[in-house]
Amino acid sequence: MRLDGFERRRERRWRGSDDQQRPSRGLLVALVLACLTVMSLDSLGSSPIDPARRAVGEVFGPVEVGTATAIRPFTAVPDWFRTRDSMQQDLLDLQAENSDLRSQVATQDYDRNRLEEYDGLTAAAQSLGYSLVPARVVGLGPSQSFSRTVTIDAGSEAGVHPDLTVVNNDGLVGRVLRVTRTTATVLLIVDADSVVGGRVGRSMEVGFLHGRGVLGGDGRLDLELVDDTAVPAKNDTVVTWGSEAGGPYVAGVPVGRVTTVYSSLRETAQRAVIDPFVDFGALDLVGVVVPTGTTSDRAVIGADGDLQ
Amino acid sequence: MTALRALVAAAAVGVALILQVSFFPHLSWDGIVPNVCLLVVVGAALVRGPEFAAVLGFIAGLALDLAPPADHLAGRWALALVVVGYVAGRVRRDARSSGTLTAGTVVATVAASSFVGTSVFALSGLVLGDPIAIPELLEVVLVGVLWDVVLTPLVLPPVMAMFRQLEPDRSLT
Repeated sequence: MRLDGFERRRERRWRGSDDQQRPSRGLLVALVLACLTVMSLDSLGSSPIDPARRAVGEVFGPVEVGTATAIRPFTAVPDWFRTRDSMQQDLLDLQAENSDLRSQVATQDYDRNRLEEYDGLTAAAQSLGYSLVPARVVGLGPSQSFSRTVTIDAGSEAGVHPDLTVVNNDGLVGRVLRVTRTTATVLLIVDADSVVGGRVGRSMEVGFLHGRGVLGGDGRLDLELVDDTAVPAKNDTVVTWGSEAGGPYVAGVPVGRVTTVYSSLRETAQRAVIDPFVDFGALDLVGVVVPTGTTSDRAVIGADGDLQ
Repeated sequence: MTALRALVAAAAVGVALILQVSFFPHLSWDGIVPNVCLLVVVGAALVRGPEFAAVLGFIAGLALDLAPPADHLAGRWALALVVVGYVAGRVRRDARSSGTLTAGTVVATVAASSFVGTSVFALSGLVLGDPIAIPELLEVVLVGVLWDVVLTPLVLPPVMAMFRQLEPDRSLT
């Protein structure tokens, strides 16, 4: 009996562990349980996983920044063939001016309405007190993870902290979720979990913008107005509503344009589909909205457009 | 040797993760990129068997869950890649009993693993109440499988050669 067991064990050793009829089930069960433990720990209110997330971010963040910087010359190669350097610069300037004018036109209704309101005036004066920390997108979350997040190369050293608004020259990009020393993770407004308070520029009606989780050219937002009698018109511009103390979203940032409106009997509110101004498939240079006077490791763009 | 082995395997996962997050988005289709971490785990499974691959899958999955810009519940990719490592490792054992590991078997294993991995991740999201639309899910799974198969000839041979180098005795010829 004993000998029999010994014999079998010896034979197993001979054939090597990987040749057993059944690979170790125990190990598999242990690993799956470990995964479930991590998941349940992370779903707690104040997650004990966050320090680990931060630590991993501190390691991978600078590597992502380095990789993105290293491959930027190569991703720019197609541009060389399109135009010469000087033309390229002209084109960039014109594009910047164009999108600036476009956003002015887009927010004209909103601005006019706002001027009429005392509260609006105060808020406008307040919003002059913001500056932008420029940053570049260095990492994009894969679609396979079903969440729309990007890494930018500005972190706590640049004066960035969670719940700040991120914009680019076309409009609202998203908000900062968490930071490491040199990088920050940004939740895009097209993420399915993202909710932004929005306001229709022409009628000043407020509502909530939900992302659909789609990134590409057909990335859309759903606007649900609070007042169910208000019907937004096609091509109306939607801007952010803004919250107390400018966090997480500052007021008056252009988000997108109404493309279709529909209402259902079952739901009490009107729904509108918004085409965002920002092309989320081609994000590169973005700005993080910080209060003026923030100390940063780089030049900060002031409210009047100069570098500080 | 064991410490070195672990270090090299971890480094391979790290490089794969950086490629996936910072390089491939420039080539992505609707944000869908090749899952290079999954390819490394499959490579390990085909050379070293299910136990090693499941452990490596756990580590690679945790890295995917925690490294920026990930924002989903941590542990979901870990679960998906543990399953992938185990299943791909079983394929390797079956292939070994039948004698050879052909290129066709490798590609089929990658395709199946990619399908299983993305599906397990998506299903865990559905169970946890993530708002995922089914058409989008199908698109992501199918394009993901295509991407991974396209990258197989580029990634799998060096990865498998590396794991063979680490432990020549158990390699498949």
